[in-house]
Amino acid sequence: MGKTIMEKILSAHTDTDNLRIGDIIKARVDFTFANDITAPIAIKYFKESGARQVFDKKRVGLIPDHFAPNKDIKSAEQCKLLKEFAQEYKIENYFEIGKMGVEHALLPEKGLVLPGDVVVGADSHTDTSGALGAFAIGVGSTDLAAVMALGEVWLKVPPTIKFIYSGKLNKWVSGKDLILYTIFKIGVDGANYKVMEFSGEVIKGLSMDNRFTMCNMAIEAGAKTGIIEPDEITLEYLKGRAKRPFQIYNSDPDARYEKIIDIDVSKIESQVAFPHLPENAKPISEAKGIKIDQSIIGSCTNGRIEDLRIAAEILKGQRVHSEVRLIIIPATQDIYLQAVREGLIDIFITAGGAVSTPTCGPCLGGYMGILAKGEKAISTTNRNFVGRMGHPESEVYLASPAIAAASAILGRIASPEEVK
Amino acid sequence: MIIKGKVWKFKDNVDTDVIIPARYLNTSDPKELALHCMEDYDSEFVKKINKGDIIVAGRNFGCGSSREHAPIALKSAGVSCIIAQSFARIFFRNAINIGLPIFESEEIADQCSEGDFLEVDTVKGIIENINKGKTYKLNPLPAFIQNIISLGGLREYVKEELKRREKNV
Repeated sequence: MGKTIMEKILSAHTDTDNLRIGDIIKARVDFTFANDITAPIAIKYFKESGARQVFDKKRVGLIPDHFAPNKDIKSAEQCKLLKEFAQEYKIENYFEIGKMGVEHALLPEKGLVLPGDVVVGADSHTDTSGALGAFAIGVGSTDLAAVMALGEVWLKVPPTIKFIYSGKLNKWVSGKDLILYTIFKIGVDGANYKVMEFSGEVIKGLSMDNRFTMCNMAIEAGAKTGIIEPDEITLEYLKGRAKRPFQIYNSDPDARYEKIIDIDVSKIESQVAFPHLPENAKPISEAKGIKIDQSIIGSCTNGRIEDLRIAAEILKGQRVHSEVRLIIIPATQDIYLQAVREGLIDIFITAGGAVSTPTCGPCLGGYMGILAKGEKAISTTNRNFVGRMGHPESEVYLASPAIAAASAILGRIASPEEVK
Repeated sequence: MIIKGKVWKFKDNVDTDVIIPARYLNTSDPKELALHCMEDYDSEFVKKINKGDIIVAGRNFGCGSSREHAPIALKSAGVSCIIAQSFARIFFRNAINIGLPIFESEEIADQCSEGDFLEVDTVKGIIENINKGKTYKLNPLPAFIQNIISLGGLREYVKEELKRREKNV
């Protein structure tokens, strides 16, 4: 019987022989990280554990990105804890403001998470790095403290659901639309405790940025992680980035899956997930017309260079609607600089958009774009729970950068065809 | 450990943003987090519950973020135990790691009413609904997880493991 990519990665990271689904194993960790929300508790517990040092100074990341640049005094205190801890324990991968980016965009970009890795991050969207063919899972702060001290994590070997995407993508349909549609199909707990393996001809043709977007939102279906087999596109992305050697794993043709789900993408339009769950996706043709107050383009889901290029393509020569706040947040400094060089930022500002330094900010209702009572936002972020972006009576509609850009121009949820 | 408490019922997909909104995550102080627990769901929730009360919920409790602040806020607000049809996996780990007992049971979630009193034997996994006169026996947790719980949580496990490694050097 063949093995899935996940089974091969875990087998290579544990002393347990003949790994079976449901086994509880201790797996060696290749990279671990936390942010300004999750690290403070992890640091406290790490210090209380009696550990004298972190398991490997090169394999721990500390990224102040959620409420950073510091939004208030309490946030400043939390961020300070990360910096002091990094200094005290000589942790190499601490990213100060100016070098910082949204963690799940930053770590792959810097070549710190790699194919074949076991990655454990104290943030639910750690699954993003699965797009590189890594096994990347989100945990809480106590788990993170344990990983920093021991260099290993306990976990249950999960079953895998394989998704095979075939057909031709329609104009403006992106990785975001595919994942929103997939979550709509299986529900917000449709993959609870399981791995979602994305495969098929469509995935093979997707850019890394679109693959990151898909794996990023596997957690919104409850998944332990999302994963994509590495290929030439992955290797091309890693050129000049990878900080250490890595191992490529692939699923065997006769690997065992709990379920295989075929999706014909030629029938999929751009998607919009209605409040208050990511599973509430509707095709754009059924979502048009809802008046919006704000449009957010950014986050670990859709703040990468291709996302900004698409937004710029639609916003070029246009004006943001007079009653809409368009806020664009490149996910990392490198992406921001690239966008400056390509003239994208010029397009955004000329159109009447506001551009921010990298931060998670509005995605989780932190700052930099909070909604008032009754306000509605179209957003390229990942969650639309009650109160997620501000007032408990505000609403978030999730969509791709193309839809968010078109909607910002027209002041209502709209497709790019209506603008062009 | 034996827990006795009154039931508060919740629906499916109670997410971590509802349990503790992110706007309060500029602190990790359990007392401060407890003040805002479930605030966007019911602003009076924290005032209404008594220490030891039990949450009984539908599917996918704790979905969303990895914030350990969610089980910390619940525990600090006085919630002694959570029984749900199912839990989101990160919440499940976090609850166990901080020593908040949680159990999965479709039966109990279906048959229990708000205000019922439950008696929970967390070690044996026996749950009695006193109002309904029904007793349920749940499957024991895997041995590795039971070991973590019996040590007093993952933090104690880490201390033990570090000591063991030091001896072996």
